[in-house]
Amino acid sequence: MADTTQSSTQAGQPQATQSQLVPTTDSEAAGVVDTSTASGRFNRFDNPWLNPKLIWGMGILIFIVLMGLLGQWIWNTELVFTGSTPLRLPPLGFENLRGTPGVSEFPLGTDGAGRDLLALLIVGTPNTLMIGAIASLIGMSTGIFLGFTAGFVGGRVDDVIRILSDVMITIPPLLILVVFQSAFGDVSLIMMAVLIAGFMWQSPTRLIRAQVLSMRESGYVKMAQLSGASTMHIMFREMMPNLIPYLFGSFIANVTTAIVTAVGMEVLGLGPQRVPTLGRVIYDAINSGALIQNLWWWWGLPTALLAIMFIALLLVNLGLDEVSNPRLRKM
Amino acid sequence: MGGIPSSYIVNRLITLVLTVWIAATLIWIIPRLSPVDPAEVMLGRMAAGGAFVEGSDLILEQLRERFGLNEPLWVQYLLYLRSIITFDFGLSAASFPTPVSSLIAQALPWTIGLMLLSVIITFIIGNALGAFMVWERTPRVWKVVIPSLMIFTAIPPILSGLLLMYVFAVQLRALPLTGAYGLTVEPGWTMEFALSVVEHGTLPALSIILVTFGFWTLGMRGLMITVQGEDYVNLAKAKGLKPRYILYKYMVRNAILPQVTAFALKIGLLVSGQILVERIFSYNGMGKLLYDAILDQDFAVIQGVSFIIILMTAISVFIVDLIYPLIDPRIRQATERTA
Repeated sequence: MADTTQSSTQAGQPQATQSQLVPTTDSEAAGVVDTSTASGRFNRFDNPWLNPKLIWGMGILIFIVLMGLLGQWIWNTELVFTGSTPLRLPPLGFENLRGTPGVSEFPLGTDGAGRDLLALLIVGTPNTLMIGAIASLIGMSTGIFLGFTAGFVGGRVDDVIRILSDVMITIPPLLILVVFQSAFGDVSLIMMAVLIAGFMWQSPTRLIRAQVLSMRESGYVKMAQLSGASTMHIMFREMMPNLIPYLFGSFIANVTTAIVTAVGMEVLGLGPQRVPTLGRVIYDAINSGALIQNLWWWWGLPTALLAIMFIALLLVNLGLDEVSNPRLRKM
Repeated sequence: MGGIPSSYIVNRLITLVLTVWIAATLIWIIPRLSPVDPAEVMLGRMAAGGAFVEGSDLILEQLRERFGLNEPLWVQYLLYLRSIITFDFGLSAASFPTPVSSLIAQALPWTIGLMLLSVIITFIIGNALGAFMVWERTPRVWKVVIPSLMIFTAIPPILSGLLLMYVFAVQLRALPLTGAYGLTVEPGWTMEFALSVVEHGTLPALSIILVTFGFWTLGMRGLMITVQGEDYVNLAKAKGLKPRYILYKYMVRNAILPQVTAFALKIGLLVSGQILVERIFSYNGMGKLLYDAILDQDFAVIQGVSFIIILMTAISVFIVDLIYPLIDPRIRQATERTA
């Protein structure tokens, strides 16, 4: 029993290192791709990137983003202001407790302060997604930089980066952010994203550091070193392409965490106060007793939209896992 | 601690102390960077709320003492560290003469109880499902059912909490909507109270379990796939051992180890998730205390609650790190060799 696996791989992380671009025969995507245009490795019949989960997840995400972007053209976003609509109207085709039917002017109903829910969703969704994307981007860039530095430079620098990421991964971001917000008062969307990013660099740092350490000893890196390639070249041209599925996976996981944190802040009544976000809508709904008053559309629609968003992110992540770990594709 | 080398424990202990120290320092620095004087903000709010604030001088005095005393900064910092080690977070501004520490002492057992319960259930269910997802003898039905359950993983516990609240408390009226125990029962060691606690705890616990078990399932699945191909599993099969025996003693026993380390990484998120669940269920734990403090701008309580929760998280990680070598002999041997 003792000599079974040499290293204990981290749970949830894909195990294969360089095999993601190796053709496999069991791909689910076989037959989906038009092989006549095959040119280069990304157009092979067994292209692992044409993973159904990945495509579905990305599709839903793109749809949500488009809804936010195009919605601002189609729908009147002025309706997000308090008092611009009648109060507590149900969505079209439903009746509220007083028996008032929904009207086509406000197809998703209105909230207790006279705001149109469709307009709130159209304006709030991009805001929520943006916080996630910005926080994750900053976190990833920092993580890539620190991870490569730790793995390549080694020694003291490595020790400091490793211990710091170990320590920071333990601290729940929500609490530090709560302290920050209660001390500073209102924050902007960007500020919020930057604050969350302060807690998003640890896992990419650890991931990349571990990968760099194992890759550093591999044949092709040694080869590149022997042929006199610069460190930059080895890092970004030789190693980086192999890390892409991991980086994507880590990015998506971080977007999810960042959005969860942001929504958490908003549900606690913190976060940006003047811009509508999905979490803010839920906060208003809970605080006005929408649950007991059976105003299900008020809290239910933003909740459902967030849930769909998270499911799409999960699908993308699972898809990427399968891209980078061919063994998972058999399932 | 039996066979764990002391260097390993010392190493973990340093990480623990460092974590707590950095968190404490952040909590101290942040309000000082703020352009707003928290003491002023707080009193302003209180004055706006109720015209005359009783004992406002006293409050201002104790607030100033915490935020900007006449002492030099480093003395303030040391004083702060000393007070925080002794769990002295000052007095609550919202319920004035009550010390923050006694407010926390009331809330903490609820949070810890709810968390232990949901974490243990989640860990068992999650890993079992993950193992069955890979095991070749699992009935086909389960191989379809389990992956579809994974959809819940994506949703944070606040959202599942809202849904469960709506279905079970508002629509079906089967379970209570908010609180940790009924308003009519007297807290104490009585059957009635215990039942009430269980009844009130079901929905919050369920909303956490429902969305977190998938993390373990997915991790376990990946690990089981790796273990499945190992030679010793094939050998065990060739020897004709019972499939169930192979599953538990050969596969799960090996695959579960990295899951325990993953646990340490996940605690922080679990804690944040639970804080929010407590807030929406108005459960009498730290989450509600924190939310009420945010509403009241009660900075001393916010500081205290944040510190205690971070401390709790760091200690849990430390405990997991200590348990790990006990169940994985390889770590023990590896550290002994290098030590």
